[in-house]
Amino acid sequence: MLEIKNLHARIAEDGTEILRGVNLSVKPGEMTAIMGPNGSGKSTLSYVLAGREDYEVTEGDILFNGESILEMDPAERAAAGLFLAFQYPMEIPGVATMEFLKVAMNAQRKARGLDELKIPELMKRVRAAADELDMDMSMLKRPLNVGFSGGEKKRAEILQMKLLEPALCVLDETDSGLDIDALKIVSDGVNALRSPDRSVVVITHYQRLLDYIVPDSVHVLYKGRVIKSGEKELAQELEKNGYAGLVGEAA
Amino acid sequence: MNVQTQIKRTAAEDALIEAFAERGTSLPGSASVAEKRNQAARLLEQGLPSRKVEAWHYTDLRRLLSSVPAFDPTATASQKEPLIAGSTVLPVLNGVAGAVKAPEGFALSSVADKLADGSLAPLLGPVDKDDTVSAINSAFAADGFALDIPAGARLDIPVELQNVQAGGQVHTRFAARVGEGANATVIERQMGDADALVSSVSHLEVGDGADVLWLIVQDQPEGASHLGQINVRIGKNAKLTLFVMNIGAKLTRQEVRVVAEGEGSEFRLRGVNLLSGQTHCDVTMILDHAAPATASTEILRNVVTDKAEGVFQGQIRVARDAQKTDAKMSCNTLLLSDEGSFSAKPELEIFADDVACGHGATVTEIEQDHLFYLMARGIDEKTARGLLVKAFVAEVIEELENEAVVEALEARLDAWFAEHG
Repeated sequence: MLEIKNLHARIAEDGTEILRGVNLSVKPGEMTAIMGPNGSGKSTLSYVLAGREDYEVTEGDILFNGESILEMDPAERAAAGLFLAFQYPMEIPGVATMEFLKVAMNAQRKARGLDELKIPELMKRVRAAADELDMDMSMLKRPLNVGFSGGEKKRAEILQMKLLEPALCVLDETDSGLDIDALKIVSDGVNALRSPDRSVVVITHYQRLLDYIVPDSVHVLYKGRVIKSGEKELAQELEKNGYAGLVGEAA
Repeated sequence: MNVQTQIKRTAAEDALIEAFAERGTSLPGSASVAEKRNQAARLLEQGLPSRKVEAWHYTDLRRLLSSVPAFDPTATASQKEPLIAGSTVLPVLNGVAGAVKAPEGFALSSVADKLADGSLAPLLGPVDKDDTVSAINSAFAADGFALDIPAGARLDIPVELQNVQAGGQVHTRFAARVGEGANATVIERQMGDADALVSSVSHLEVGDGADVLWLIVQDQPEGASHLGQINVRIGKNAKLTLFVMNIGAKLTRQEVRVVAEGEGSEFRLRGVNLLSGQTHCDVTMILDHAAPATASTEILRNVVTDKAEGVFQGQIRVARDAQKTDAKMSCNTLLLSDEGSFSAKPELEIFADDVACGHGATVTEIEQDHLFYLMARGIDEKTARGLLVKAFVAEVIEELENEAVVEALEARLDAWFAEHG
């Protein structure tokens, strides 16, 4: 599904190198966790996957279903089936949430050769997905993310993910800012999306989320490199001993 | 002894003076109208204002009105579909008021008749030496419509004043009186098919307690020059929302001259300027708060792309006894190209001491973060930009509270984005 090969990336503006040779592969249906201390490059990795222009890939490649996506813009990557749930979803005044969902869903359907959804069908799908996430439909009448609480924003991200049905979901610190009830609802939402042909990459600082979303594999990112890979027990080990031990090993 | 250096007249100045010499005497009008026309022509003989004239500093008419086409009496324009289906359409086709049957709910006469009997003479300009728009219009205006909406009337059907040019020069007049407590929606549409010079001057009287929504939608072809002016008096506890949308024309000057004359009157100016290509568009407002407890808000949203230039001059004057005036003015511009520009010039002249007046102007670009977020959901760059630009201007349209109007304006907005986004 996803293969990251010796990926080097830097901040376009000042040339600071953040990713220094990341190697990682995710199989279809796999739930992968990427953990690491602050500043290890986790968020940068998620942005580089989504195609944010603020970062420049200087070396290596990202293969999605066997094809390089480096030359694709963010919209093309999304249409190909890649979804990034943002750590800090942006508030966009003036763009109504429903209108945005309609445009986004139909843009992706069009790119995948499907017919556009008519309003009643679209509303039905949105209502069903919102119900499952315990979201109030009145929220969707507001401008996109404007005035949403931190937890509401994260739910709105998962709502979009459910509606857009991506092949690869990247969740960037989705647990931050969530209380325990919201964490359960969001985790249930993610788990419900699991299928043999959909992969999920969960980026997180803490083990907490992984109690609810149980990963098949865990990778530790440090200073822009994967320094250790393992199974779910690796996350528990990190929770107990912290990153210090591992970091010492790597250095 | 003075040595005067005679500035050489431009081709446009020559053309205007020659046109008046040719047509002036054959235009409709009583003796008092003829006298006003001559006054107007004398101002034109002094030449068009350049940037040295304060009121025209950002719109150097002498330079920008580079040529004036000859009148084209053979050109014919046809009536267009109204902006809002079902409207009462009052067409002025290449300067001539169309024959329409008497509309329901208000009295109607042609401006040609009112010029002939002299009753329109008091509305002819110019009011001062900077009033070039009214001078050009007063010299040549031959037709248009005058509406009289009786007290207490509620016009549920919008009235569309449709000024359609087919080339050459077109100079049109509209006058509307809205009686006490009446309600009306009027759409002034400025459009056409050719690279004409158009001037259109309107007078609106909003009676005590009346509530009026007046829209000016200027959608001229790219090669046209458009000089517009609306003169308004607002009565006691009356409300006027004036919505101005400028889309086309290589040169636009739209003047808004408002007197909030009655105590407790309220004025709202909302403007959307969609500027592309090499257009130059100027909205100039002079607002007098002349009575106590009057309120006004002015919000302009401008989208500038290509090499277009925009101007907003907003002058608010608060008279000595207009205490408790509340005025807020803002002008926000979204710049989509490096070569476009927008100049905003707010001016407050306050002679009362118990007032709240404020103004602000911003120029921004599309937020890259927002663009990335939308694209990350599969929305292509062009569509995503369109959504963001629309979000920027839609706010002032959506607050209009008239669903048919909002829909019609948003449809025009979408069409513009499809072409220029």
